[in-house]
Amino acid sequence: MVYIPHTDAERRAMLATIGVADIAALFADIPEKFRYPQLDLPEPLSEMETLQELQFLAGLNLNANTTPTFLGAGAYRHWVPSVVDYVISRGEFYTAYTPYQAEVSQGTLQAIFEYESMICDLTGMDIANASHYDGATAAAEAVIQAYNVFRKKRNKIVLAPTVHPQYRQVIHTYTQGMGLEIVGGDDPTTEIAHLVELVDEQTACLILQTPDFLGQLHDLSGLADAIHARGKDAQFVVITNPISLGLLKPPGDYGADIVVGEGQPLGLGLNFGGPYLGFYATRAQFARQMAGRLVGKTVDIEGKDGYVMTLTTREQHIRRDKATSNICSNQGLMALAATVYMAALGKHGLRKVAELNYHKAHYAADAIDAVEGFAVVRRKPFFNEFVVHCPAPVEEINRFLLEEIEAVEIIGGYDLAQDYPAMANHMLVAVTEMNSRHEIDLLAEALSAFGD
Amino acid sequence: MTEPLIYELSSPGREGVKPPQLDVPESALPQGWLREDLPLPEVSEIDVVRHYLRLSQLNYAIDKGMYPLGSCTMKFNPKINEVTARLPGFTGIHPLQHPDDVQGALYVIYTLQEYIKAIGGFAGVTLQPAAGAHGELTGVLIMRKYHLERGETQRDTILVPDSAHGTNPASTSMSGLRVVEIPSDARGNVDLDALRSQVCERVAGLMFTNPNTLGLFEEHMEDVIDIVHGCGGLVYGDGANMNALTGIMRPGDAGIDVMHFNLHKTFSTPHGGGGPGCGAVGVAAHLVDYLPGPIVVLDPNLEEEDDPYFIFHEPPKSIGRVKAFWGHFGIMVRAYTYIRMLGSEGLRRSAEHAVLNANYLLSRIKGVYPLPYDRICKHEFVVEGRFKDAPGVHALDIAKRLIDYGVHPPTNYFPLIVPEALMIEPTETESRQSLDNYADILLKIAQEAHETPDLLHAAPQNAPVRRLDEVRAARNPVLRYEH
Repeated sequence: MVYIPHTDAERRAMLATIGVADIAALFADIPEKFRYPQLDLPEPLSEMETLQELQFLAGLNLNANTTPTFLGAGAYRHWVPSVVDYVISRGEFYTAYTPYQAEVSQGTLQAIFEYESMICDLTGMDIANASHYDGATAAAEAVIQAYNVFRKKRNKIVLAPTVHPQYRQVIHTYTQGMGLEIVGGDDPTTEIAHLVELVDEQTACLILQTPDFLGQLHDLSGLADAIHARGKDAQFVVITNPISLGLLKPPGDYGADIVVGEGQPLGLGLNFGGPYLGFYATRAQFARQMAGRLVGKTVDIEGKDGYVMTLTTREQHIRRDKATSNICSNQGLMALAATVYMAALGKHGLRKVAELNYHKAHYAADAIDAVEGFAVVRRKPFFNEFVVHCPAPVEEINRFLLEEIEAVEIIGGYDLAQDYPAMANHMLVAVTEMNSRHEIDLLAEALSAFGD
Repeated sequence: MTEPLIYELSSPGREGVKPPQLDVPESALPQGWLREDLPLPEVSEIDVVRHYLRLSQLNYAIDKGMYPLGSCTMKFNPKINEVTARLPGFTGIHPLQHPDDVQGALYVIYTLQEYIKAIGGFAGVTLQPAAGAHGELTGVLIMRKYHLERGETQRDTILVPDSAHGTNPASTSMSGLRVVEIPSDARGNVDLDALRSQVCERVAGLMFTNPNTLGLFEEHMEDVIDIVHGCGGLVYGDGANMNALTGIMRPGDAGIDVMHFNLHKTFSTPHGGGGPGCGAVGVAAHLVDYLPGPIVVLDPNLEEEDDPYFIFHEPPKSIGRVKAFWGHFGIMVRAYTYIRMLGSEGLRRSAEHAVLNANYLLSRIKGVYPLPYDRICKHEFVVEGRFKDAPGVHALDIAKRLIDYGVHPPTNYFPLIVPEALMIEPTETESRQSLDNYADILLKIAQEAHETPDLLHAAPQNAPVRRLDEVRAARNPVLRYEH
């Protein structure tokens, strides 16, 4: 039997040691009427047949990695250095559990410590936790931290309408039992200054995304002071794209209290949406209110350096219903991948990747803007994603890009009408280092052929 | 043996792997918004490879040996899982591509939803939750919303047995509900009298782990479920222990209303040193409309002769999305692969051998390690890690001594209702030799506890580091590298 090593003789000997006649006797305490149901599952396959079936299914999908792709909206096609998958394929990493026994988990613990350090470096914050499920749940946990910092007495949350729509939904889902009032509206043209005016002394936090869902960069200077003053230390939560921080001044330098985001661009594949990585960083003073695991440095009884999970009295296995969060499993292996990615690219490489994204996106914006009928919406500076006003519904244009051009398939941008009814015919276009000049020119050419 | 931090290997000006060259004209950068310094390490690829390879060697892992952490189901992670999950047609797809272009992926999600329904006896399944605790949060929010929709706004209480995982009460309070703890009886079951005394119109539901965290099947399962249903409450099943039941019993048949499954326990996807997992949630028919959306369904507009076509569907009374996109697709591919290879019989035999292995190991050490509840166990069991005539020895000492013998300790100090608990779950993928080796080591340690207890107190001595100072770590937290 696959994955079960027992021989008949061993099984008999083991049953004899236990003192029962057969395996069924071990299940005698289960009510008979429920026992041994027929499961409606297909007949098992061999390993070879299983692989063939999955190869067939994988082959039905259009691979965005090997197709010119301009789709982002929260998940980005980036180049992943080979060393990343090499490290996360080590059985010592991927078949280990959460590092409960520190003495035999130093590899995982030190890697998390390095991850936490790099996230702090990237965001300009004091401390970072060992990860959340994704950017959306990290954002929801940031709201809960702010709510907890004010001992659940402040129930107003200001949420920018240009935060990723799915993150906004997850924040609503997570907090539905907390009786919060979430304000900020859903008009994506709302000025940040107007959002800051909504902050008052009942406000736990203001949540802003930059680059936001529409790709726009926001000037963060002065915002933290304004929010802290109006809201009597209400927290300033910034959601950001980690690649952009290779180039841009980090939110920590602007006085943010919590910085979170989606870590997928840091060396994780697209994987149809997961597993990804929620990163989470905050100020040292909130160490005891934050969610998630923290790894700290210490020494062993001989004075040798080592790493342990620490400040665990915040967590569910100790504090139960008083814990700061219920999180237990997180994204350990994905955090390791991001760590290897940041180490391999390093100080200079990440800056270069960020610049490539910036320059290519601006080149693409100019190229598309030059196409008759298409206009780039330029309200704010942008990083690697921007909005294009199109002469037809985006779905129609995307169909055209995929099906109507000879010998080429192009995956177009995201249809913003799905989230913002006032943005019919608006396409969100993402450009990364993976888009060659040739791909960008091809897109511009294809768009000019649209409607011919 | 210690390994420096990657930062300490850094050499100014050294470059790692190289990104591509710029092939478009440069645009003006937003001056004033640029960062001056990015203090990441400066290392080469070989530095990275050697550093993380050396770190990996400081870990214990299931690929190295038996890892019987109770409640964690550390079974073998089949290698084909890693091959299928890395097929380019799966890793290279963007979550927002048009459904036409990702039908293979939607087939996997839909079919895995169907498999989990079949295995659990449920009417609906979501694969969106990222982990067991995330599934719990999803399940509790579903129960809450179900009562609210029925106008029963007073149902603000979740009953949680005292043997429950810590995530159960934590998920409850995150959902804005109140926890009332139910004690266990002398045989390790939920105490029926205590349960009866707490059921009332305020009860939204009970969180029920069966087999419970003592590894024991709840002898009054049907009564427990009837009592909670009788007061209008729902019963949540904590599926962390499903490895004892696949193909043996479907929780949905017994009246469980909502339950999470840990694909990273029961269905062999790796734990990754702490994640990622997948906390699929199954629900009975009356809760299908509350599932977090979207779920994958067959297009209802198909004609009989059409090929199957899958679309996303938003359940009408959904609690809302609990995660961006569709869940941990890469983990779903692994679980799909596993179920496809085992089929119905393979899953049943896995549960049978998980239970056989636990009872065998228990039989080997019974009488030496105190056993608080002497019954046939399911996939795991709990003994006390203490001896009357060796008063200075604690569960922690036994755990650390196991490390010296080259195996991984069990879960310790959980469940909270057993003093000095050692919670042991061998899983079905361990052979008899492997179990005998572990039993021999445990018996040897019990002997040492009486004869040479200092060996236990000093343990581990055969590990990359000795016991670490956790008090110092918490009192003076050093949570990052200081430049």
